[in-house]
This record gives sequence, structure tokens and C-alpha cells, in this order.
Amino acid sequence: MIPARVEERTSPGRDGVPPSRGAGRLPSQAALAEFVLALGDDSLVLGQRLSEWCGRAPFLEEDIAIANVALDYLGRAEKFYRYVSELGGGRRSVDEIAFLRDSRAYRNLLIFELPVGDFARTMARQLMVDAFHLPYFRRLSRSTNARIAAIAAKAVKESRYHLKRSRDWVLRLGDGTEESHAKIQSAFDALWGYCPEMFAMAGDEMALLDSGVAVDRSAMKTDWESEMKDVLSEATLTTPGNEWAISGGRDGVHTEHHGYLLAEMQFMQRAYPGLDW
Amino acid sequence: MTDDHLSNTEPEAAFQERVDNEIKIEPKDWMPEGYRRNLIRQISQHAHSEVIGMQPEGNWITRAPTLKRKMILLAKVQDEAGHGLYLYSAAETLGVTREDMIGALHEGHAKYASIFNYPTLTWADVGVIGWLVDSAAIVNQISLQRTSYGPYSRAMIRICKEESFHQRQGFEILMPLASGSLEQKAMAQDAMNRWWWPTLMMFGPHDSESVHGAKSMQWKIKRKSNDELRQDFIDQTVPQAEYLGLAIPDPDLKWNEERGHYDFGEIDWDEFRTVVSGNGLCNRERLERHSRAHREGEWVREAMRACEEKKRTA
Ligand SMILES: [Fe+2]
Ligand SMILES: [Fe+2]
Repeated sequence: MIPARVEERTSPGRDGVPPSRGAGRLPSQAALAEFVLALGDDSLVLGQRLSEWCGRAPFLEEDIAIANVALDYLGRAEKFYRYVSELGGGRRSVDEIAFLRDSRAYRNLLIFELPVGDFARTMARQLMVDAFHLPYFRRLSRSTNARIAAIAAKAVKESRYHLKRSRDWVLRLGDGTEESHAKIQSAFDALWGYCPEMFAMAGDEMALLDSGVAVDRSAMKTDWESEMKDVLSEATLTTPGNEWAISGGRDGVHTEHHGYLLAEMQFMQRAYPGLDW
Repeated sequence: MTDDHLSNTEPEAAFQERVDNEIKIEPKDWMPEGYRRNLIRQISQHAHSEVIGMQPEGNWITRAPTLKRKMILLAKVQDEAGHGLYLYSAAETLGVTREDMIGALHEGHAKYASIFNYPTLTWADVGVIGWLVDSAAIVNQISLQRTSYGPYSRAMIRICKEESFHQRQGFEILMPLASGSLEQKAMAQDAMNRWWWPTLMMFGPHDSESVHGAKSMQWKIKRKSNDELRQDFIDQTVPQAEYLGLAIPDPDLKWNEERGHYDFGEIDWDEFRTVVSGNGLCNRERLERHSRAHREGEWVREAMRACEEKKRTA
């Protein structure tokens, strides 16, 4: 059962300010639910964003491919939320968790919630998150928590395909035309400062590190940076400098885009509460 | 040599004989110019319908009420993109390019199914489209599996395999609505009221008024007439509506024991012509949205071509 504090933070319709998450302050079961919830939120929010491309891609094959990636993320969200629901004794359904919280209770990292922008923006974000997700889920697939390990193992397979795609696209756009080069460069420049947050350890993750449930994100930063540098230079792009870094997602402090994403996504559940669909 | 034999040596007669004997026509075979043109028109129109048809349902992907419904709907709309691809490829075997066909669509020379010019106003519309519109498409496509042109026929066989999933997902959206709250029931009935007649119009004008009908039947591009297909659809759909508890908005609808079919009321052909001629609620927006996406994707396609060119010359 999730202790009352966590329940209060995430229960439907409540939008109280979450307490700060100091390392080691959460009981492990509560930390576990928070941790899984955050991974679910990352997946849902990016899946929602990618699904916006459906019918708008540069050509039909891309419509299909982006939908595949979106479906992977939505499927992953469903699995994480199902686990959160079970950890809470089934008091909240998957859909209550997905649709009935306000912005402050979502824990997704900021990079996932940013608008899709143009195709360059979408693909730059994908490369950055895919290059993170592949090694991250590889490590998480060895989690001591079998449930998390299983979800992560599937995510590894998906991420391998996602990364191949986003890498190919960044190379093509970087090396394509002057216009595509400029667009993909400005996409990286605009998104770069949202990346450090991927490597920041939240309190719940710190609490779950010793038991081997969570993995150390901060240890992955150097490899990620050198991989990005390699791809970007192969794509004839300049790797942006580290002048700026924005964070807040894990504490429920989001960009102003987040509320609109929720308003659209939650419309049915809010307009017709408590019904089966 | 008999006259009969002589006429058989003419390509047109030999062509018709193959068609009559149910031998598929393949891209390299000789075919009458009219047959080729007729096929390009029909297949590209069919492809455009799959693609424009992504819009009304796509309109609800980001607002689907549950995670499961969101995923199923996204997968469904994604399938329609796949159908568009199969069909563009089938048409390309006749010597047109996808770019040409899309150009013709944007310039208003090529049509798409008029049903997609109606708006999806509520979540129930998504259910009704899957159930009624995809059902109607299936009825048409099942008959087209036997069409005389090989690539078109094979595309139809692939597509039909996926369509039954579409019909089921629509029906499954409606089931909880039909047995749900008063609001949900009303939402489902309202959608039914708005989509029923436009769905019947999907099969096109009466056989007596159909412009391309006779030749298409002779060449076996079409295998069943508009009116036959419409009747098949109604006969199979009425029991499903009864199962859902949804009323069909047609006071003249009743079982005709003698014919072994349902009788039904006259379609409002004025409405049909209004929408076909560009005055449906969404005609302009559907086309504008498609051509905008195409325009906005131009730089991406250009970059892709540039890379391929570099690889070739490297
Ligand atoms: Fe289709
Ligand atoms: Fe379909």
C-alpha cells in the first residue's frame, strides 16, 4: 500500500504542492511508487506528443514510423502505471493515474513535454532521449525488482529501433540541404539545456539505489555526451555548449505547455467523470 | 480462319477474354487506355480516401478517453496510412507517381470519399466511424478482392485482413456507450443519427445514374454495383444496431420477407451532391490540412533526396 503522503500527492483531482523529496527520506515502498510513476509519466507525455504527428508527417512512411514509436511509449506508460496501481492496492486504476492528476502531480522530465515543433525539433529530441534510454533501460533491465526489469527489457528492444531511426534522421537532416542543416542545428540548440535533467537523481531514485532497484543516471552522462558529440559531428553539426540547464519536472514544476497537454488529453475524463469507456 | 478467330487476335478482344476468364491483368500486360485511366482514377481516389480518412478519427487520438482506447485508435489510424501506401504503390504500377497523385488531390482533380467531409464532434463519432464507415468500406473492398487488376486485387486482400479489426474497434467503442449512462447513450445515438445516411451515400449514386458503372463492370474493375453493395451493407448492419440498442434514423427501414432484404428510405441526394461538390462542413479543411502537412514536409523530403544523391555520387 502506498503511504498516505504519496496517495495525497497523486490522488485524482488534488493539486496540492508535493513535498520536497530529500534523499533517503521516503520509505522504500513509497519511493518505489514514486519512481515507477515518474517513468510512467515520462512515457505517457512523450507518447502523447508523438501521437500529435499522426496524419501530419512529411510522408506516409513517416506517419507510420512515428506512430510506432508513439505506441511503444504509450504501451510502456500503461505497464508502469499498472504497476503503480498495484502498488497502491488497486485503489486507483491505470486511467485514473494517467488522466486524473493536475500538472503539479506529474513527474515527467521537462524534455518529454515540450511541444513537437517541426520535424527537426521532434527528431532532435528523439535522438537525445533515445541515446539516453537505450543504455538506461539496459541497466534498468538488471534491476533487482523483477517487474521493473521486465518492462525495461522490452524498452531496450524498442529503444534500439528508436535510436537507429532518430540517428539516421539527424544524419540526413544535418547533411541534407542548407535548410535542413539550419533547422536541425537550431533544434539541438533549443533543446540542449533540457538534457541535464535526464541525469539528475531524484530522491526516490537515491533511496532505491542501494537495493539495486533503481540505477544511477548521473553515471551515464559522460557516455551520453560523447555519443551525442559523435553523432552531431558526423551530421556536420555543432554540439551546443553547456551554458544553460533547466529542470523541475520530477518535482512537478513544469513548462507552461504541460497544462495544455493535460487539458487536451484529460478532456473526456474531466467532462464525463466516473464513466467507463 | 473464322471471323471469331480474327477478332481474338486484336489486343482489346484478347484483353476482354482474359478478364472474362478471371485471369488477372498485370502491369506489363497490354490494356486499353480507358482501363488504365479508369483504374488510376479509382485506385488513387481510394488511396486518397484512406489518407484523408485519417483526419476525422485522428482528431480524437490526443483526446481519447482511456490509455487503451488511445493506443487502439492510434494503431487504427496508422493502419489507414498503411492502406494509403499499398494503394499508392498499386497505382504506381500503372505509370503514375505518388507525387503526381497527391498533386492532383491538392489541385482538386482527384476525389476522395465524401464521408470524410463530415466532422467528428464527439468521442462516439469515432466509434460510429469505425463501425459504420469501416464496415461500408469492407463491403466494398471484399468485392474488390476479385477486381481484374492484379496489384489492386492483392492490395485489397491485404487491406481486408486489417479492416475487420477496424470495424471491431468501432463496435467496441460503442458497446460501453450503448450500455452506459444516459449521456453516453445519447452521445452514441446522436452520432448514429449524423453518420447513418452519409454512410449509405458512400456507395455512390444509384446504378442508373453511375457514370463509370457499366464500363467498370465490363472490365471487372468493379464486381458489384453500387446498389447491390449498399443493400449488403444495410442487411448486415441492422442486426448489429439492434444489438447495440441504437435506432436507425430511417422510418422506412423494414425487413422485406419477399426480397429477403431490408427495404429502406430514399437517400437525400441533394445533400450528397452538396458535399461532393465541395460544400460539406470539412471539405476545405481536410484538403488544406493535407496540403499544409505536405508543404511543411517538403524540406524534409528534399533533405532526404539530397542525401541519396550524395550517396550515389560518393
Ligand atoms: Fe482502410
Ligand atoms: Fe479502416
